Amino acid sequence: MKVLTANFITCAIKDCKASPKSFPLHFQNAELELQELEFQPDFLRHILPRIDWDSLRVTANELGFPSIPETKPEGEELNNEELLRNLHQLLLETQVMEGKLVCDNCGHEYMIKEGIANFLLPSHLV
Amino acid sequence: MLPTPDTSHVPFNTVYEPAEDSYLFLDTLSSPAESAWLATRFATTPAPLITEVGCGSGVVLGFATANAQSIFGRRDVLAIGTDVNLHACLATRETVQRAVQTQQKEEATSQQETTTSLYLDSLTADLCRPLRPGSVDVLLFNPPYVPTPDLPPIPSNDQTYGPSKPSFETESYLLSLTYAGGADGMETTNRLLELVPDVLADHGVAYVLLCAQNKPAQVRESILAWPGEWQAEIVGRSGMQAGWEKLVILRIWRST
Repeated sequence: MKVLTANFITCAIKDCKASPKSFPLHFQNAELELQELEFQPDFLRHILPRIDWDSLRVTANELGFPSIPETKPEGEELNNEELLRNLHQLLLETQVMEGKLVCDNCGHEYMIKEGIANFLLPSHLV
Repeated sequence: MLPTPDTSHVPFNTVYEPAEDSYLFLDTLSSPAESAWLATRFATTPAPLITEVGCGSGVVLGFATANAQSIFGRRDVLAIGTDVNLHACLATRETVQRAVQTQQKEEATSQQETTTSLYLDSLTADLCRPLRPGSVDVLLFNPPYVPTPDLPPIPSNDQTYGPSKPSFETESYLLSLTYAGGADGMETTNRLLELVPDVLADHGVAYVLLCAQNKPAQVRESILAWPGEWQAEIVGRSGMQAGWEKLVILRIWRST
């Protein structure tokens, strides 16, 4: 699972959606793999506006990434190639292959296997 | 004609094989009228997130992602597929990535600008439940729409549908999930429609396929009655049966 995807997902349990604690889900025991992808700065510039930056910082920290800027890059900063390359690597090239995602609100754990996260719930919660 | 993604790697013993309904999706999204509408809708937004619910073989999501320039007027869409069946999730990953690579090779030979559209992930999930409110720009849903006396149970994570060879019972169950729609063939579609207002972005749009027995006119009326400024219109049709189209695709969006 890509780090960017973690910015788009939350707990699958309906009652958790209203709680701010259900986003972002928290990575645990994550095994990472780097899958190279061509660097496309314009593509990244079109993705950044839709990112929830505070949550991305939480995720990056959990995955052991060196600190990313405190605020979302804007204006001139979007021409900083080194910054964009770092974000490209974090958001698009880093894959979580194994591990789990945990909801801070209900404690439910979603397993990630072979890079695919399983959001099916136990039958008593379906 | 835009190229149809290759699905020769997909195990059709557990995953829905592309059929008339899948191809109606491809034809509808790539029709001049629909593409023009989508290109206008997404002319100035950030990179759109395209989500196919119940992505199966991934043929529809692969088509939309690889041909994003023709369909959405931009080369930077992000794709996520969801399916209750892990085999479908794996198949979709392969289908969408291959379709995008094929498109990029084609562009490189003809020296066109390169498509950057990207397959993000497949998620094993019921409908679009793990997606954040307001996150989806384009939702695609080719549901299990056949009226059946019973609805197969919604999969839970108590069972595993891992890559090991599935039993005959598991195969039958997984395939039944691809078509069996319960009462009026609408039970799963109704559950999805309930989630649409929450999961769609303000400028988002959902495409949902219906068959004649689903009573498309009634479904449309019920959407128009949702709180807020909702619109619904039939934008794709195929096959005639007793004077009615057998299959239609309904476009659902907020008129903001």
